[in-house]
Amino acid sequence: MLTSPEALMAIAGMALVTFMVKAGGLLLANRLPRDGFAAAWLRHIPGAVLASLVAPALVTGSPAEAIAAAVTALVYVITRSLLPAMAAGVLVVYLARLWLVG
Amino acid sequence: MSTLAAPYRFSDQFFAGARACIPVVISVAAYGVVWGVLARGAGLSLIEVVLMSGLVFAGSAQFVALDLWTATPSSLPIGPLILAALIVNLRYLLLTATLRPLFRPDQQWKGALMMGIVSDETWAMTVGEMAKGRGTIGFLLGGGVLAYCCWMATTVIGHTLGSAIDDPSKYGLDFAFTATFLALLLGMWKGKGDLVPWLVAALAAMVSARLIEGSWYILIGGIVGSLAGAVAERLRKNAD
Repeated sequence: MLTSPEALMAIAGMALVTFMVKAGGLLLANRLPRDGFAAAWLRHIPGAVLASLVAPALVTGSPAEAIAAAVTALVYVITRSLLPAMAAGVLVVYLARLWLVG
Repeated sequence: MSTLAAPYRFSDQFFAGARACIPVVISVAAYGVVWGVLARGAGLSLIEVVLMSGLVFAGSAQFVALDLWTATPSSLPIGPLILAALIVNLRYLLLTATLRPLFRPDQQWKGALMMGIVSDETWAMTVGEMAKGRGTIGFLLGGGVLAYCCWMATTVIGHTLGSAIDDPSKYGLDFAFTATFLALLLGMWKGKGDLVPWLVAALAAMVSARLIEGSWYILIGGIVGSLAGAVAERLRKNAD
């Protein structure tokens, strides 16, 4: 089995809607004013989205995630560098899960 | 800001972007292999894997699609598959909106075409650069092309060879994303003005993650938090 018309239609549709939202965000933003409230709102989106990506993972997981997040933050504040912070986070969450699960 | 001629060469920025994204792309690769393995189990052919990774290129939407996929074409739920992709990817409206400063007003259509290659990880790295007064189209594309090639290659590898990794979270690799996003967030700290939007976003995301299934929490936290930040800014300005 190579593929089917149904599968091609589904994949093409998924690709189309995905591209539309990705391109749409930039095109809509371009219609917003470049100063005032709208500009302030756009400026605050990256921080708000990153905070939203991080926060639920820290409270819905086991204490391992919270401990690893604290270590990640500490290493980042000390080194000001992304890679050691990420590596420390992954290592600590790995060890903490082993230790907590037993 | 964006009206200044960039003192950067495109190729330098392209490779800087690719280099910066290497750590997080390692985790993308682990999930690519796993997705390839699961896609085979769900009944996708190799051609369908190549087409979906190449054209849709959205990890979370592709994982959701596997739950709906059927091996027999006649029962394939085409409408629900497309709708699910739309809903899972709705957050990209917010993400690509913030990339506006990278493009001159006359470059917006060119920019819109480039947005297909944006993923959460390379977006995050790029806005992290932008917050430091750097960040260019070249940086975004460098990370994007690396992540794209890697996702394509690893999903195909997973489908054809299978995998020794059945669950990346066993090795803590799921946390690579959380850790990267957290470090990027800390790097964006500019002062007390960030406290309100970040706390409101975190709170809104935690509440909606608990109440609503799926990835709505990213969109809800992102919108509520950024609006709170803009309102707080306006109130402070009026108080002065």
